[in-house]
Amino acid sequence: MASIGLIYDRIRWEEKALINASKKAGLELKSTDAKRVQVNPLEGAAVLEEAFGGTVIQRCISYFRGLHMTAILEAAGLSVINGFQTALTCGNKLFTTLALVKAGVPTPKTLVAFTPETALRSLDAVGYPAVMKPVVGSWGRLVALVRDRESAQALVEAREEIRNALLQIYYVQEFVQRPPRDIRAVVVGGEVIAASYRHPPPGDWRTNVARGGASKPCPVTPGLEELAVKASEAVGGGVVAVDCMEGPDGFLVHEVNGTVEFRGLASTTEVDIARRILDYALEVAKR
Amino acid sequence: MKAKDQPKCPECDGDLTMPEDVVDGEIVTCPDCGTDFEVSLKEGGGIELKPAEVEGEDWGE
Repeated sequence: MASIGLIYDRIRWEEKALINASKKAGLELKSTDAKRVQVNPLEGAAVLEEAFGGTVIQRCISYFRGLHMTAILEAAGLSVINGFQTALTCGNKLFTTLALVKAGVPTPKTLVAFTPETALRSLDAVGYPAVMKPVVGSWGRLVALVRDRESAQALVEAREEIRNALLQIYYVQEFVQRPPRDIRAVVVGGEVIAASYRHPPPGDWRTNVARGGASKPCPVTPGLEELAVKASEAVGGGVVAVDCMEGPDGFLVHEVNGTVEFRGLASTTEVDIARRILDYALEVAKR
Repeated sequence: MKAKDQPKCPECDGDLTMPEDVVDGEIVTCPDCGTDFEVSLKEGGGIELKPAEVEGEDWGE
């Protein structure tokens, strides 16, 4: 049987949970710090498998580091969780939107623009309040609720000043009237294993647990299950967290995360999420 | 891990507390000065502390 590997660049709560779950299960987990290795993409599968494991759970905190590592290992024929397509799609909010729309998964109305002028025009068109997010970014960084034209102008100007090519791709969305919470459903190998409500911390509207959002138990209803599985398939499957809102006309998926942080969710459920991820890796290894 | 094995903070000489189940690569924060260190477990049981990487713009889920 192929060995299971873990690639990380920082041991967060989740990586430690995976390491501890593997010990508990008597499973040897080949752990590699991506910061300490150099990789030769020309080396064949056998060498890379020896170094990283035949089926690799890729959990780098740095999105680009992880994505490039995934590209190398997958190109050599190793199984990576998540695969390159999933990692690429989930790492970019626009790519995620495109995948969701194609699969018929409800998602907020979105406009994309590439200059400050058209960004402002997009915000005007969506109407205020509007939401503007970087296409690549996490933990809610620079995710902005834009209340009027003046703040839109200031925000667009500020983003231009940062001189980051990705920040000059403007991803603008309608502000969905929702209860002050969203829902995170974790899907592992096509199965919803648990879900939680995420409530924003005082003084914020963003629900990211990394920003102080609080997780509460959420039942996995048939509707939520169907939506989360469909969204997971849309981005390429694997281990993902589907984040959705309860809009006036039903659920809307606003994000699918490819390197799932599940500490908040774990506090709300009896499900051993780390164990389920390992079991899935073992299942993938058998294929 | 015994108390005498608890390392000092390289920054401020404060007492760092290692979790009992500390793993290679884990981050410990100095309770006195707040500096983050990455734990590197040496063969033979020693501990080396490196300054932790600073949060990157592509960090997170």
